[in-house]
Amino acid sequence: MTEFRLLWLIPLLPLLGAFLSGAFGYRLQRRFGERAVAVVSVGLPWLAFGAAAWALLRLLSQGDVHALGARLWTWIAVGGLKVELALHMDRLSGMMAVMITLVGSLIHVYSIGYMKKDEGFWRFFAFLNLFLFAMLTLVLAGNLLLLFVGWEGVGLCSYLLIGFWYRDLKNARAGMKAFVVNRIGDFGFLAGMLVLFWGLGGSWSEAGYRPGEFFSLDFAELPRLLSGAAQRTLWGVPVPTLAGVLFFVGACGKSAQIPLYVWLPDAMAGPTPVSALIHAATMVTAGVYLVARLNFLYLASPTAMTVVAVVGAATALFAATIGCVQNDIKKVLAYSTISQLGYMFVGVGVGAYWAGAYHLLTHAFFKACLFLGAGSVILAMHHEQDMQKMGGLGRVMPFTRWTYWYACVAITGLPLASGFFSKDEILWQAYNTAGLGVPGWFLWLLLFLGAGLTSFYMWRSYFLTFTGQTVKIHGEEPEEQRPVITGVLAVLAVGAGVLMFVGLPEAWLGAPPAFEQYLEPVFKHGGLARVYPAGQGHGVELLLMLASVAVAAIGLGLAWWFYRGRSSAVPERLRAAFPRLHRLVQDKYYVDETYDAAVVQPTLELSRAASWFDSRIIDGLVNLSGGVTRLLAFLDGAIDKYLVDGLVNGLARLVRAAGAAARRWQTGRLPNYLAGLALGTIVLFALVRLLQAALGW
Amino acid sequence: MTSVGLHHFVLLSAVLFSLGIACAIARRNAVAILVGIELMLNAAALNLAAFSRFGALRAEGQLFVLFVIVLAAAEAVVGLALILAIHRRLRSVDVHRADSLKG
Repeated sequence: MTEFRLLWLIPLLPLLGAFLSGAFGYRLQRRFGERAVAVVSVGLPWLAFGAAAWALLRLLSQGDVHALGARLWTWIAVGGLKVELALHMDRLSGMMAVMITLVGSLIHVYSIGYMKKDEGFWRFFAFLNLFLFAMLTLVLAGNLLLLFVGWEGVGLCSYLLIGFWYRDLKNARAGMKAFVVNRIGDFGFLAGMLVLFWGLGGSWSEAGYRPGEFFSLDFAELPRLLSGAAQRTLWGVPVPTLAGVLFFVGACGKSAQIPLYVWLPDAMAGPTPVSALIHAATMVTAGVYLVARLNFLYLASPTAMTVVAVVGAATALFAATIGCVQNDIKKVLAYSTISQLGYMFVGVGVGAYWAGAYHLLTHAFFKACLFLGAGSVILAMHHEQDMQKMGGLGRVMPFTRWTYWYACVAITGLPLASGFFSKDEILWQAYNTAGLGVPGWFLWLLLFLGAGLTSFYMWRSYFLTFTGQTVKIHGEEPEEQRPVITGVLAVLAVGAGVLMFVGLPEAWLGAPPAFEQYLEPVFKHGGLARVYPAGQGHGVELLLMLASVAVAAIGLGLAWWFYRGRSSAVPERLRAAFPRLHRLVQDKYYVDETYDAAVVQPTLELSRAASWFDSRIIDGLVNLSGGVTRLLAFLDGAIDKYLVDGLVNGLARLVRAAGAAARRWQTGRLPNYLAGLALGTIVLFALVRLLQAALGW
Repeated sequence: MTSVGLHHFVLLSAVLFSLGIACAIARRNAVAILVGIELMLNAAALNLAAFSRFGALRAEGQLFVLFVIVLAAAEAVVGLALILAIHRRLRSVDVHRADSLKG
């Protein structure tokens, strides 16, 4: 590892932006207008992009170096545990950092147009910059604990930005839901770290637990520690499996997988650039990144890998079915995001880490493009999000239409866009898996069906929005957006296209894809990047590719038949034919309702019971003891007042009376004193004489 | 005719002392009080001189008399200064009016 201190610039530049727009943005905006805020908070992310790209080039130029590191100081040193405040950039985190800063900066530019004339303009950019800081900390962290700091930071920013328009209770609720659901995942993450600490840091014997000499959460040290302790068990479960599953619970929360996906559709309440940046391109992929980062852990546990892959595949299909019947354009994209994240988890779950990372990368571009296209449509429709009320926008918004079209090509896995290669690679790798707890063809089948549904619902959204009779808003046709918005769409669409060249499959070129070779140093722990290969030939790969193109074409065809020009009566008839099924799916399988009944209401009941107990029993006890104390105090006061004070006052009165009597002697007249003196002398003499006479001296 | 002996002197001294103390107690004029005190001092001095002549004391008696004379002079100075101060303040030397020590 080479020391490269300037790595810190990458996260700190957006942090500076967040500070500047957070502290001075309000005044800047009042004084100089939105432009001043924009210069600061859009400029700094671009600088961060420059820094990230520079660092990655430097890493790549040093061929034999696997990672750049930047250590500041020792953060925590307790017993055998030592945690450094250190960043770490290998090829995976370098790719992530460049992607995050590039897509993030583009979305910042877009937001200038989207958030125009919003009074919270400066606040929005402060949060967005803060998010970039947290996200970059997450991906560049050199150890799990620092990663966790970023992990919590992005959760916070997500909460702040979902509830950005906080005057609407619905938005505030959605933010809270996202935060609370994420807490469940965070618990898993934390528990995973503790299990690693417990299982790897010390030793168990008859006498109990003994802390170890050395433990580290550093990504460079963990594989070595793990290799020495892969056979250890906690409560009868191997440590890697337990830790892997717990970390995956964390990943489920952040990356919206079953059963913790429910927050993501509600998170669409935030501004659309937020949905694009946080809830599509970057933050929600943090879970995938975590699994890829901890590849050494998952490789040690086929069980944990199976869990990841099965949950991913199930989510991919499940969310796709819901996406088919949603009418809110952002909700469609939200379910599509959940589904696509499921694909990535299958990729990393079957050990094809590079395929998962590749889909993560391409998805960031085309999904950001889709979301921002949807944002452009929403702006044109004056914040109407219901696709049933849209139509014919393609004629008046050509830029938005064609970028959206191309991003649809990419996500649905039609050839000539990057999504085709990344998704097909995952499908192929899933099929080509053996040795996990679930057969490869089964995973493939789920993903294959999901791909067909994806094609259907994405093209459905395209046809509903852009074809047919052009709608009128207040008697006028919607208009194309300004170049600051359409330009960003174009750049993202180009990115979604260009990225396909790094993922051209082995079946075509005869050599592993360029992206696989690029990531190989990160994932080759004493072997190939591929872990559980079934050894299928390239003929099968080509066949599967044809099959997935066919299923995508079928989805496209159905959408075209049902929705093109919005003239077909087929969807109505289908709905009438299967009313209960339609309701079930449209109401999202009543998962939210189930959670509400199973978790939320009991929690509320419990808190109500606790509140009753508090106000009646606890308060009663407190009040009783208060009353007793008052009574005692009253008695004590009476004793004080009458007995003690009486004694003290009596003494004082006595002294006073004595003084009044004695002062009479003090006449102040000199002759009186003199007479007293003389008399006293005489008396004394007489006394002495008398004593002498009495005692006979 | 009996010769003059010790007890004559002592008797005279006692008379002088009694007159002095009566003067000091009874008079209201501060100067008169000072005179009474002078009388008492001189009664004591007379006693000392007599003891020096007839009693066991020798030269010490005479010496004490000298001390008493000096003491009386000093006392008169201090006393008169006090009286002047009182007079300046009260425009009177009546000791009954100088009663600020009254309790």
